Amino acid sequence: MRIALFATCLADTMFPAAARATVELLERLGHEVVFPAEQTCCGQMHINTGYQKDALRLVRRHVRSFAPYDVVVAPSGSCVGSVRHQHAMVARKFDDERLAVRAEDVASRTYELSELLVDVLKVEDVGAYYPHRVTYHPTCHSLRVLRVGDKPLRLLRNVRGLDLAELPAAEQCCGFGGTFAVKNADTSTAMLADKMRHVLDTGADVCTAGDSSCLMHIGGGLSRLRTGVRTVHLAEILASTETS
Amino acid sequence: MTTFLGMPVTAPRGVGNLRGDESFPEAARTALGDAQLRRNLAHATTTIRAKSGRVIDELPDWQQLRDAGSALKAYTMANLPLLLEQLEERVVAAGGVVHWAADANEANRIVTELVRATGEQRVIKVKSMATQEIGLNEALEAAGIEPVETDLAELIVQLGHDKPSHILVPAIHRNRAEIREIFLREMPGVDPALTDEPAVLAGAARRYLRETFLRTKVAVSGANFAVAETGTLAVVESEGNGRMCLTLPETLITVMGVEKVVPAWQDLEVFLQLLPRASTGERMNPYTSMWTGVTPGDGPQSFHLVLLDNGRSAVLADEVGRQALHCIRCSACLNVCPVYERAGGHAYGSVYPGPIGAILSPLLTGVEDNASLPYASSLCGACFDACPVKIDIPAILVHLRGEHVEAQNRPTPEGIAMAAAAYTMDHPRLYAAAQRAARLSRLAGRRGRGLPPPLNGWTAGRDLPVPPKQTFREWWAGR
Repeated sequence: MRIALFATCLADTMFPAAARATVELLERLGHEVVFPAEQTCCGQMHINTGYQKDALRLVRRHVRSFAPYDVVVAPSGSCVGSVRHQHAMVARKFDDERLAVRAEDVASRTYELSELLVDVLKVEDVGAYYPHRVTYHPTCHSLRVLRVGDKPLRLLRNVRGLDLAELPAAEQCCGFGGTFAVKNADTSTAMLADKMRHVLDTGADVCTAGDSSCLMHIGGGLSRLRTGVRTVHLAEILASTETS
Repeated sequence: MTTFLGMPVTAPRGVGNLRGDESFPEAARTALGDAQLRRNLAHATTTIRAKSGRVIDELPDWQQLRDAGSALKAYTMANLPLLLEQLEERVVAAGGVVHWAADANEANRIVTELVRATGEQRVIKVKSMATQEIGLNEALEAAGIEPVETDLAELIVQLGHDKPSHILVPAIHRNRAEIREIFLREMPGVDPALTDEPAVLAGAARRYLRETFLRTKVAVSGANFAVAETGTLAVVESEGNGRMCLTLPETLITVMGVEKVVPAWQDLEVFLQLLPRASTGERMNPYTSMWTGVTPGDGPQSFHLVLLDNGRSAVLADEVGRQALHCIRCSACLNVCPVYERAGGHAYGSVYPGPIGAILSPLLTGVEDNASLPYASSLCGACFDACPVKIDIPAILVHLRGEHVEAQNRPTPEGIAMAAAAYTMDHPRLYAAAQRAARLSRLAGRRGRGLPPPLNGWTAGRDLPVPPKQTFREWWAGR
């Protein structure tokens, strides 16, 4: 299958390992990955902070970049959530019905990584090897916007060598929330403190998730406390093999 | 929002309890430092969440019930003027008197005059969000009338000269030692040997309230529902104190937000299943009191219904925000909210705390008067999942953030930065240059170093990621 990668601006700029791993994993499974170079950002930060008018040009760019492709994948539940549930809303807010319809069309072909693997490619065992104790944080937008359910866990359970530790109170938000972490830094930090306590309680070496943004937040806290627990994107675990 | 000749109007300033003194982040900072509050909230919300989850899981048709509740409310909002006139007609036909109050000032004036006309100087009150919203107690006190809250938690709040911090459990921020102190200090005729055992505290409140019930001739209530078809009002509560107020006095005055009307008697079937399971985690509500006008020789012989707008028509005019009027005040969204659980109810400033408060308060007052509330959420979506009438709270939060930004008539530093970021991201070559510049922050953002305001909140408790040597698109180009 020919799959267009929507790398997301955050992974492209700050966490390229997650996007590289997505490419390597899909190629290993026998698919062709293309990267439309005119893509930049889905505009979620602008939309969620109230700058929907500024986001309009980013929605337009995103739709133009990905319209030619049959299947689009992103290593982010949050960015796919914005594409699927916000792009058409922003277009309609500024009375661009044509853009809204095109955005809905692109959204209907856009998948978060675990959705693509399990629902579209029908694979739960990707042949990965990752000999670590890992706990999985289901990010809010994967869980409650995309409803990925246990797809990431099904993929992780099939990874050789991986010791999966259940995260207590897993469904509670880590406190990131985009500009929430800056505008309401104290509340955000209090939420993060509880999330970190639960991660540490699992005894895991690695905390994984399907979103680089939440991992950046959790990882920033774990690093500040010098806990030694690393944050690794789900794509990187699934891309790992005995030889890598 | 579309307005015509200044209508519809938002809730007026200077009256009622819809606006706080501080912004949410400032008020939350105080609350986050209160270990007792954090413990109480975490314990209470976790307990209610578990209990509610269990009884909801028992119902195979919970999702269909939510759909029905949502559809009934949408129908009601689309037909609100007709339903309210029908309600008025039926209440009047059953011997009640109906008053229309455009805002808090008018409602307070109507109630005060009604109480004055009875010649009484004290009223007993059923727990009611609408009367808290309009600041009725303050208005009555200013007129020399003593309002006595009879819901146990509201009584604790009232005696403590405090503010409620939860819709359903207004004294959730108090522990039993504090309650004992408040009773000893403020409750007339209390036993000085009072202990802080819950049963002893409840017994003291019961003795005080029983005597008040028997001596007071006027009651003020809110309403959970009003059936347009029959003119029937309904109040649901857990203690029975509400029923005392609704049956013992000679005069009953009910203040009801206009959105509480439901079309038909049968619609209560849906809401009386949704409300107790979502709010207290009970299968059936303990005390459900219903009355239709006046029944000769039984209960209050004089009944007044005050229909309150106070910004609701303005909310109804907002295509996205109007769903907030579907709220049945169950507080399920508070109990699942990670922000509420940590910051507590007072941080929201308004009588409506939590996720519903973060949308309802700015909708009622206009977003400029509660500008920090739409941002008091990480948009985690737990509230939307928990809402028994399916209010899409995250979508309304995002909508209100847009309203707030679009209402700025001068450029703000944030607005300039956002516009610049959008421009850059719409020009891939500029974007690539910005990515290269971000790499320079490998020096600025190294471990232990803070960022300047307004980004210092991040570095106070978290390290910044170190930018990679190569962006993804550079790696892709070099393959």
